[in-house]
Amino acid sequence: MDQPILVQVDNLTRYYGAHCAVNALSFNLRQGQVLGFLGPNGAGKSTTLQLLAGCLAPDAGRILIQGHDLLQQPRRAKAVIGYLPEQPPLYPEFTVDEYLAYCARLHRLPRGQIATAVEKAKARCELGTVGRRLLSHLSRGYRQRVGIAQAIIHEPAVIILDEPAAGLDPLQQRELGGLIRELGREHGVILSTHSLAEVQSTCTHVQIMQQGRLVYSGSLTALEQHSSHSLLVGFSVPPALEILAALPAVGQVEALGEQRFRLRYTPPADPVPALVAQAVARNWGLRELTPERGSLEQRFIELLLGQQEAA
Amino acid sequence: MIFTIAGYELRRLFLSPLAWTLMAVVQFILAWVFLILVEEFSRHRSDWLGVPGAPGVTDLVAAPFLRVAAWLLLLLIPLLSMRLFSEERRHHTLELLLAAPLAVYQIVLGKYLGLLGFLCILLVLIVALPLSLLFGGALDGGKLLAGALGLFLLAGSFAAAGLYLSTLTAQPAVAAVATFGLLLLLWIIDAAGASGEDSGALFAYLSLFRHYQALLMGLFNSADVAYYLLFSGAFLGLAVRRLDNQRLQH
Repeated sequence: MDQPILVQVDNLTRYYGAHCAVNALSFNLRQGQVLGFLGPNGAGKSTTLQLLAGCLAPDAGRILIQGHDLLQQPRRAKAVIGYLPEQPPLYPEFTVDEYLAYCARLHRLPRGQIATAVEKAKARCELGTVGRRLLSHLSRGYRQRVGIAQAIIHEPAVIILDEPAAGLDPLQQRELGGLIRELGREHGVILSTHSLAEVQSTCTHVQIMQQGRLVYSGSLTALEQHSSHSLLVGFSVPPALEILAALPAVGQVEALGEQRFRLRYTPPADPVPALVAQAVARNWGLRELTPERGSLEQRFIELLLGQQEAA
Repeated sequence: MIFTIAGYELRRLFLSPLAWTLMAVVQFILAWVFLILVEEFSRHRSDWLGVPGAPGVTDLVAAPFLRVAAWLLLLLIPLLSMRLFSEERRHHTLELLLAAPLAVYQIVLGKYLGLLGFLCILLVLIVALPLSLLFGGALDGGKLLAGALGLFLLAGSFAAAGLYLSTLTAQPAVAAVATFGLLLLLWIIDAAGASGEDSGALFAYLSLFRHYQALLMGLFNSADVAYYLLFSGAFLGLAVRRLDNQRLQH
């Protein structure tokens, strides 16, 4: 973790009237990280991203972008940010090429580099064939991609994407995931999403927000390790439930019928070697052994529920 | 940076049918008015023959023509100025400018100059009509120039007021109606000054129309010019403040 810190957020707070939308948020983003903000609607994800992009001013707290204070030196700080708002900010009268050229000019790219920058952004977002089409005539998915192209056209150090996958079909979502991972290698990326699958496939770090507060913050692997894992097993000659439960490293056992069971365990302990050895030695006829997916989802819901109970 | 925004703003205006429609409508109506005025003038020309100091074609055609043009701009500029910020807010495009490394004053001035650019084009088309009188006679160039300058300053003031009001709301129609109301009020406020009392003098001074009237008569008074510049500057300043505050708003 020696990569330079790109974004440093201290104690960020923002009220809407009496409602506290973002409550004393602190975190860092380093180069090479893809940070996913996760949370239910109204958790304060979009507000946080608007604050980070400088479109809203915080009530308290500090945001440093590559060492530049967003409030004291807004132009320097904003120059290294690319921001895609919840609704892509597109002028319907422009063609894709005109629009991207305008965005490049707004970010002070020298005139000579604009054409190449536009081509590069278009290639990255697979907009090659629609350059001459009017933005008002594009479908939702293409509009979203133009919005992303706009955010990366000046090669910013920090890329902020508010629900980038909205409106994309599953194939496009997967391509977008690839693009974000690629961007995350050289830049820092912050994105918000509802979708756990998207976080699992694209992010290196995750922050879960609930009612303006951070409920969880850490790397994705840590979150996965925190959560209890489970295995699906099936036997042709199943042993008794108690025998399975007595195996080393096995937590709970659940009978699923048709000679199948769900075994829960907590990493790093791994029940698989003992299970397989026993199955062979005692002739249980093991015919299925599947690690169960979706454990992150459980962890997510656990965290949110736990928070609600505490509140 | 200001000129980049202004250039794209102007381009965007011409990419929409609004600019072309406005120019066509203005040109058609003003051409009609112009024909009526020329007709009137040629009918009554003989009445003035031999009268020393009689009003010429500039006074009888160009000045009334520019007065009607000012009325027309009063009606139409709110429709242009409402696009500046209300429509951006409605289409969620303002964030593009707010997130870009720009100061708020650059955004405001860029948009204002873009609109002013369009109004200049419109003004050239408007002034071309009285200039066509040069084919058949002589014009008082100074008077026409003062009138055209007046119309330009007036249009700039209308646009500045409209720009400020469009920062207040995300509904373009509300911005247009509010602008129209404000401009009309400031246009006719000198009616209160007609009574000749002291309080009336203040209202007369505030009127957008009074200062224009002087320029139409060929009286170039720097106080009138300063009035329009202050008027525009004040509204642009208010717009900058308003946009700055919006980021803080709850």
